[in-house]
Amino acid sequence: MNAKIILKVATRSIMKSRMRSLLTALGIIIGVAAVVVMVAIGDGAQRKVEEQIASLGSNLIIITPGASSSGGVNRGMGSFNRFTFDDVDKIKNEATLIKGVSPLVRSGGQVIGGVGNWFTQIQGVSPDYLDIRTWALESGEFFTDRDIMARSKVCVLGADVKKNLFPNDDPIGQQIRIRNTPFRVIGVLKAKGQTAVGTSNDDVILAPSRTVLDRLSGGRFISSIQVSAISTDKILAAQAEIKSIMRESHKLSPGEEDDFTIQDQSDLSETATETSRILTILLASVAGVSLVVGGIGIMNIMLVSVTERTREIGIRLSVGARASDILVQFLTEAIVLSLSGGVIGVLLSFLIAYILNNYTSQSALIKPQIIMIAFGFAGAIGIFFGFYPARKAAALNPIDALRYE
Amino acid sequence: MENTLIKTVDLSKTYKVGDIEVHALKSVNITINNGEFVAIMGASGSGKSTLMNLLGCLDMPTSGEYYLDGINTSKLTKNEYANIRNQKIGFVFQGFNLLPRTTALENVELPLMYDRLEKVKNHQKQATDALIRVGLEDRMHHIPSQLSGGQQQRVALARALVNEPSLILADEPTGNLDSVTSVEVFNLFQKLNDEGITIIMVTHERDFAAFAKRIIEMRDGRVIRDAKIKDRLNAEEELKKAIAEAEIAE
Ligand SMILES: Nc1ncnc2c1ncn2[C@@H]1O[C@H](COP(=O)(O)OP(=O)(O)OP(=O)(O)O)[C@@H](O)[C@H]1O
Ligand SMILES: [Mg+2]
Repeated sequence: MNAKIILKVATRSIMKSRMRSLLTALGIIIGVAAVVVMVAIGDGAQRKVEEQIASLGSNLIIITPGASSSGGVNRGMGSFNRFTFDDVDKIKNEATLIKGVSPLVRSGGQVIGGVGNWFTQIQGVSPDYLDIRTWALESGEFFTDRDIMARSKVCVLGADVKKNLFPNDDPIGQQIRIRNTPFRVIGVLKAKGQTAVGTSNDDVILAPSRTVLDRLSGGRFISSIQVSAISTDKILAAQAEIKSIMRESHKLSPGEEDDFTIQDQSDLSETATETSRILTILLASVAGVSLVVGGIGIMNIMLVSVTERTREIGIRLSVGARASDILVQFLTEAIVLSLSGGVIGVLLSFLIAYILNNYTSQSALIKPQIIMIAFGFAGAIGIFFGFYPARKAAALNPIDALRYE
Repeated sequence: MENTLIKTVDLSKTYKVGDIEVHALKSVNITINNGEFVAIMGASGSGKSTLMNLLGCLDMPTSGEYYLDGINTSKLTKNEYANIRNQKIGFVFQGFNLLPRTTALENVELPLMYDRLEKVKNHQKQATDALIRVGLEDRMHHIPSQLSGGQQQRVALARALVNEPSLILADEPTGNLDSVTSVEVFNLFQKLNDEGITIIMVTHERDFAAFAKRIIEMRDGRVIRDAKIKDRLNAEEELKKAIAEAEIAE
């Protein structure tokens, strides 16, 4: 028998028992679709978390005042509570493993300008801040060290603020009033999207740190210092370096506790990816169960049809088929069935993923390897359960296969 | 002795059911020449089907030898067995054994698919010719459940013929058919035999055995009688008689 005839016999035989073929394939279709969709949901959640962490900035290290053991709140009377620009300058001048450093002075309030007013937060930062947060400008320019020293009243708008105050106009060069102090807009930031807690990164105005500290009521101290390490593998070394610089700057004696806390993203990302990994495993095992149940369904159908198929095998043997012909035919049938079931299952999972991504808040990410795994697993189940009865029957004498009941 | 088609030497078959041994065939020695038309008769359980299955290479003997066309089949591999079934023998069963939900034409094409030598290039034409030979050209695309018993048996006969075998074995081919339809089938057998095909068939009815040229009678797994038929019936004439009788009866 040549390949063309084998394929013809297999497809004929599949089409002859449409219901049986459909039921067999259905187990595979549902199993494959379930596995792919479930894992895609897990992967989608994981990707979301990773994106949010990446949006914090590359190799970010954050220094906050207060000892970590006291939860960031200062207790002792004499201990250093606030950072100064000296701390920032010292890090900038002495640390060797950092790319950039910026203080963060927080303020917030009513902003008037353009088409109306808008309540938002103001962050006082240094020119390094854009790079630390891997942020970029949409238009205009960023302020310089000179602006900082001169306490210039210039600012850069986040995308949300721009959208709300200047929906149609170019804001560059325009005046706005932040807490009644006039500022000139010199740039607009690119949109960055959501933060890990679901708020917008773009609802912000950036201004020179000293300007915010000195000219804006509400911004009275440096709430944190943000640093980016030169590379990911230098984050720990950079932290150690910063620690010793800060201890020196704050004149802490050897036995004394740190009066500041240094954190990096790995603490955050570890818990986040761990959570989403658990989710993926959970979903995948639920789907795996459905695939096994599908496999049992296939086995059921195969076993039910075994009498009919054994007679068919007997007939084929009696007109001259060899055992190997029978095996090849059944194997081809099983492969054709499980392949088409797998293809339909994968198409179905793409459809479901599309619906999830576009019509629900759930995001699904279909990775190629999971398709291969689900496909292979489903195919193996189909082939095993389809092939096994055939192998048994093909080993019989033709007459025994014909008599089989 | 190149005219000898079949020769068995002490052919025996023993079935084991649990601890009990059933000696279905006990040292059967028969010789059948090319062009013969043999009817095998005997009581139920006398071993007729067992013998037919061995002659048709559908089963293996427990002991003894079976020469087909001078070849000692007990020395053959399973695959060579399959080739013999495919090339030399056409088998017709009492229960038709057609593939369900499969058209007459596809059923008849079946043996051609397993022909390793690929003697026949156009399967469909060969199968159509075989169906024409049994007079079923107008039922080619019917599936078995849409055919009468006699028509199904003719499809089975066409399937047995399609590879142009030298031997046709028929185990109670008319066991499920009424007598007029049976005579039609025997008519076909006689025509094929006239064309030179050797036919061995099992039948319970002495009337039908008279269509053959030779009767072998079995009892308890042995051949007890082997004789030429003196006044052989012509199926075509019997058919005409039967039709005439039916018309008178109306
Ligand atoms: N597969 C088998 N297993 C066990 N015993 C069997 C088997 N096939 C046949 N037999 C036994 O062998 C003996 C001969 O059976 P066989 O079928 O050859 O009889 P037969 O002459 O064809 O009868 P019938 O006219 O009823 O078809 C019987 O006693 C039967 O019970
Ligand atoms: Mg019998």
